[in-house]
Amino acid sequence: MKIFVCIKQVPDTETKIKITPDQNGIDTAGIKWVLNPYDEYAVEEAVKLRDANAGSQVWVLSAGPKTRVIESLRTALAMGADEAIVVNAENLDNFSTAKALAEVIKAEGGAKVIFSGKLAIDDNASSVSQMLAEFLNVPHTTVVSKFAFNGENVVVERDIEGGAKEVVQMMTPAVVAANKGLNMPRYASLPGIMKAKKKVIKEIEFASLNIPATDLKVKYSNFSLPAEKPPVKMLGGDSSAQAAELVKLLRDEAKVL
Amino acid sequence: MGKVLVFAEQSHGNLKRSSIELLQAAAKSGNTVVAVVFGSHAGDVTAAAGHNGASEVHVVKDASLDSYNPELFTANIVSVVEKVQPTILLASASSTGRDLFPRVAARLNTGIASDCTELSISGDTVTATKPMYSGKCFAKANFENSAVKIVLMRANQLPVAAADTSKSANVVEQAVVKPDLKTLIKEIVKGASEKLDLTEANIIVSGGRGLKEAANFKVLHDLADVLGATVGASRAVVDAGWVGHGMQVGQTGKTVAPTLYIAVGISGAIQHLAGMSGSKVIVAINNDANAPIFQKATYGIVGDALEIVPKLTEEFKKALHH
Repeated sequence: MKIFVCIKQVPDTETKIKITPDQNGIDTAGIKWVLNPYDEYAVEEAVKLRDANAGSQVWVLSAGPKTRVIESLRTALAMGADEAIVVNAENLDNFSTAKALAEVIKAEGGAKVIFSGKLAIDDNASSVSQMLAEFLNVPHTTVVSKFAFNGENVVVERDIEGGAKEVVQMMTPAVVAANKGLNMPRYASLPGIMKAKKKVIKEIEFASLNIPATDLKVKYSNFSLPAEKPPVKMLGGDSSAQAAELVKLLRDEAKVL
Repeated sequence: MGKVLVFAEQSHGNLKRSSIELLQAAAKSGNTVVAVVFGSHAGDVTAAAGHNGASEVHVVKDASLDSYNPELFTANIVSVVEKVQPTILLASASSTGRDLFPRVAARLNTGIASDCTELSISGDTVTATKPMYSGKCFAKANFENSAVKIVLMRANQLPVAAADTSKSANVVEQAVVKPDLKTLIKEIVKGASEKLDLTEANIIVSGGRGLKEAANFKVLHDLADVLGATVGASRAVVDAGWVGHGMQVGQTGKTVAPTLYIAVGISGAIQHLAGMSGSKVIVAINNDANAPIFQKATYGIVGDALEIVPKLTEEFKKALHH
């Protein structure tokens, strides 16, 4: 069976964010790009599913500027994915990204299971997997921390509010968006990295997908940095004095009690 | 002026605070406010929706909607949207909201801005601002090509005024739409906590490695009980298996925005700060005066958490009972 993993390349967590002078984005100079952390769980689960089902293949797919996104696709290949496709595009929003991914998956003959991360840490939107499922007309579950496939259906566990979990069964094909806890993503092995370097990554131009310009729905502008925080007020004295002082400050100064 | 549709969520027959925030924000805009409520208890919150600004409440009172199913909910939201014809749709960035509305947006061929922290509505124009790059910056979402602009707001971001009990809403009963489902919710496994979820909590008491061992989380629970707070945790203690992943605050856990965040024995790794820096007032208690958490904190205490937290609990007891 064919398994797809949709991934995104994002700035590394430790990256210091600088805003461009026109305030319409971030300055990408000097940014270290990595595979979105939640997508690592998606790749790992796809590889495990492939290994447990003889004759299966993992296809990893991403939409973005091909010159850099290819790096994250190679990371996924090094983790064990079989094939990779990049949709070369700049400035897509979640809607047009999901449309593009859906078009490519359809053109490649569909998939039994499609994995992605539950969200990308750059825009924190958690939208693409649900939109992709809708465009493919298949069910989806997000925030998944347990996955099983019985040859026909998938059964997943989804984290909901207050520490509760839902057990969800979906008919395949289905979209599964991974949460932390689903698995322990493997490190790419050296032979894996060498093999990934030699793989030919299929390139598709976004323009060739005939997605209408009206499928761009949201643009981001007016980027700003958080307001400077006043310096911390350190409390002195012994622990009893500190406790009493803190409660007083929270009540009288911060007015949060 | 157009119509604003608010997806109102309830818990045990009470309207959630996050939904009240949305109804009041919508009412302030001068638009007509329509609420939609799902489930067998949907009728219980129509009065509250009216008191908080809705002039019409669409009730889909059907037990099949008591638990969330993406396909079923999508079909029913889309059906209400088609009847109401709103120009703006507001929902909370809750577990349900975040899962559901991107699918709704795709089906309606319209735009969505998720996880927003600021909202202003003027006529049909919506200005929503959201944190990007884990709260390292903010950006404004501009809608294009969107007949219905969908905004998902984080809880505790908008002010709530007293309800106006002189106001009421027309109740419109809607029949449930039942598409063929490919998704089946087999079971819901209850969580350990009956407290508000971290993403909705107004006060959070969070613990890290500085608590030394899992059993010491008890001092945090005692403090949380006095404050009516929800207990959270750092990644380090979740990875160490002291508490469940549902309690993790941070990049690979939950993003929180309480009024008061008390970080106990948490050094403040950048991934943790990413999850909690939206808190209004931050208290840090740590024995390392150089811990990065103090750079984000409003108030800081250097010392042994196990000594200070019980004393704090006593002080809060006194202060809150006067």
